[in-house]
Amino acid sequence: MTSEKSKWLSTPYVAWSIMFILIPLCMIFYYGLTDKSGAFTLENVAAIASAEHAKALWLSLLLSLISTLVCFLLAYPLAMILANLQVNQHSFIILIFILPMWMNFLLRTLAWQTLLEKNGVINSVLSFLHLPNINIINTPCAIVLGMVYNFLPFMVLPLYNALSKIDENVINASRDLGAGSIYTFFRITLPLSVPGIISGITMVFVPALTTFVISTILGGSKILLIGNVIEQEFTQASNWHLGSGLSIVLMIFIILNMITSAVFDKEGTGLI
Amino acid sequence: MEKELIQLIDISKSFDGQMVLDELNLNIHENEFVTLLGPSGCGKTTTLRILGGFANPDKGCIIFDSQDITHLPPNKRQLNTVFQKYALFTHMTIAENIAFGLKIKKKSKSYIDDKIRYALKLVNLEGYENRMPNSLSGGQQQRIAIARAIVNEPKVLLLDEPLGALDLKLRQEMQYELIRMKNELGITFVYVTHDQEEALTMSDTIVVMNQGYIQQIGTPESIYNEPENAFVADFIGDSNIISATMIEDKLVSILGTRFPCVDTGFGTNKPVDVVIRPEDVILVEPAEGTIQGVVTHLIFKGVHYEMEVEACGFEWLVHSTTLFPVGKKVGIKVDPFNIQIMNKPESEDEEAVAIDI
Repeated sequence: MTSEKSKWLSTPYVAWSIMFILIPLCMIFYYGLTDKSGAFTLENVAAIASAEHAKALWLSLLLSLISTLVCFLLAYPLAMILANLQVNQHSFIILIFILPMWMNFLLRTLAWQTLLEKNGVINSVLSFLHLPNINIINTPCAIVLGMVYNFLPFMVLPLYNALSKIDENVINASRDLGAGSIYTFFRITLPLSVPGIISGITMVFVPALTTFVISTILGGSKILLIGNVIEQEFTQASNWHLGSGLSIVLMIFIILNMITSAVFDKEGTGLI
Repeated sequence: MEKELIQLIDISKSFDGQMVLDELNLNIHENEFVTLLGPSGCGKTTTLRILGGFANPDKGCIIFDSQDITHLPPNKRQLNTVFQKYALFTHMTIAENIAFGLKIKKKSKSYIDDKIRYALKLVNLEGYENRMPNSLSGGQQQRIAIARAIVNEPKVLLLDEPLGALDLKLRQEMQYELIRMKNELGITFVYVTHDQEEALTMSDTIVVMNQGYIQQIGTPESIYNEPENAFVADFIGDSNIISATMIEDKLVSILGTRFPCVDTGFGTNKPVDVVIRPEDVILVEPAEGTIQGVVTHLIFKGVHYEMEVEACGFEWLVHSTTLFPVGKKVGIKVDPFNIQIMNKPESEDEEAVAIDI
């Protein structure tokens, strides 16, 4: 009786998933694996091998890996500090961290554009102080900066989550058995936080790999990431078949990432 | 008595302005099983954490083997801890857990392997080398935690309520295991618990604590039979604690009736507290008793009956193997040596006074 009822409760979500996840996914696969006449082809998928597309994919992978690494290096110490704080103290710091996430993603990125422009806020201040200007707008640097800024909270939260689950006495036990703090960190704290690291990496790497907004706004039109290429196939070239084919390739990378996560995060202690 | 191994001298500690330990003094001897016993918040765990190096005392010092170790970090102390919730390294196998401390000490592989085998044998878990901690039951995990600590051959093993999470049967088994291990290893155990039965079963010396002060230090027998104040009497076992007047040496007036006793040196006509254990209250026919009363409650407890007897305006708790039904008039008799006289605390401060051995 109860299980019958709870099945009904999932109906709206199932309907939603079919309408907006499953059907679009099928359409992507349909378009990606057919040509304009509707015949089956692998050409759209194979198009990733063309110099232009391969370069965009390579750059996307590189920039999202760098961003993920930078996020990890910034977030880990912070998450450790947060996990060691008292309950009433940490909620405030987490709030500060999450506050930017309440603002629109596009607005935040546009704000960075204004800050980084040749005659933007940062350079005006630097000029005023007679310091050399920085010209990173429209470079991969600016894109990495935008990615790190936007996705950092997604790294902090799972790390914090994993670290705060580590029993204080496990750390004490390691010290008790003669381990110094550095040894304890690498042998106990780090391995025990692996589930958090994996979900943090996934939550930063996947959106960074597929973004086209950050690269459009902060990279000008000079730097094409795979996201931009796909977007242009849909909006400007109106070649849905090629856009879908490239999307499938991108999906393969994301699924690979997910599989890695699942292997490492067997206990399901992370967020994903 | 063996030589003194640890001295805690004038240890004070407060958290957020709340005094947890106030000028605590305690000596622990070599090869002794010492139990810190008290209700939660009495400062027993804090004392253990200070010994282990996980908390720093605000004041005072710790002498270990004639060396001041007050400011030594935990990894430099020659003692090991068994934590309350085991604190095993869940990402390592049992063997890796046990080898953890030995690897840091850079022992040879064959030495480590021998030690792992020896430790697993000691805790009766042979063949568990390659299991993961989470696949073990609570009792087994606790044994591994003990094995992990003792392979380092510490001079002192600190145990923080190690049996707290186990069920009654397992807890009793582990109590005997711990006594056996202590005798086999010949090292000092400092054990923290709030369970008085556990303390009485295992300890050489019991340190009863309350509100940051030591209430009494002694052997299990002396703590049980000769509690020094009402707190100790009440905390260890069931007891009848009655206000009384010491009329003269070996004569006490309880609830207006004179009882002969064996204590001396309390002065004359001095108000005191009297402890009489429920099993020492003898119920007889009304005419034979020193005082008379009526049975008001009766519960069957298995080994004995627990009864409450209303007599002279006091509810006497009585344990007896003979049944007296509710409503029956009875007489109460107490043997003189079963009446334990205690000084009445004159003030709150004196109630919680620190006592040295």
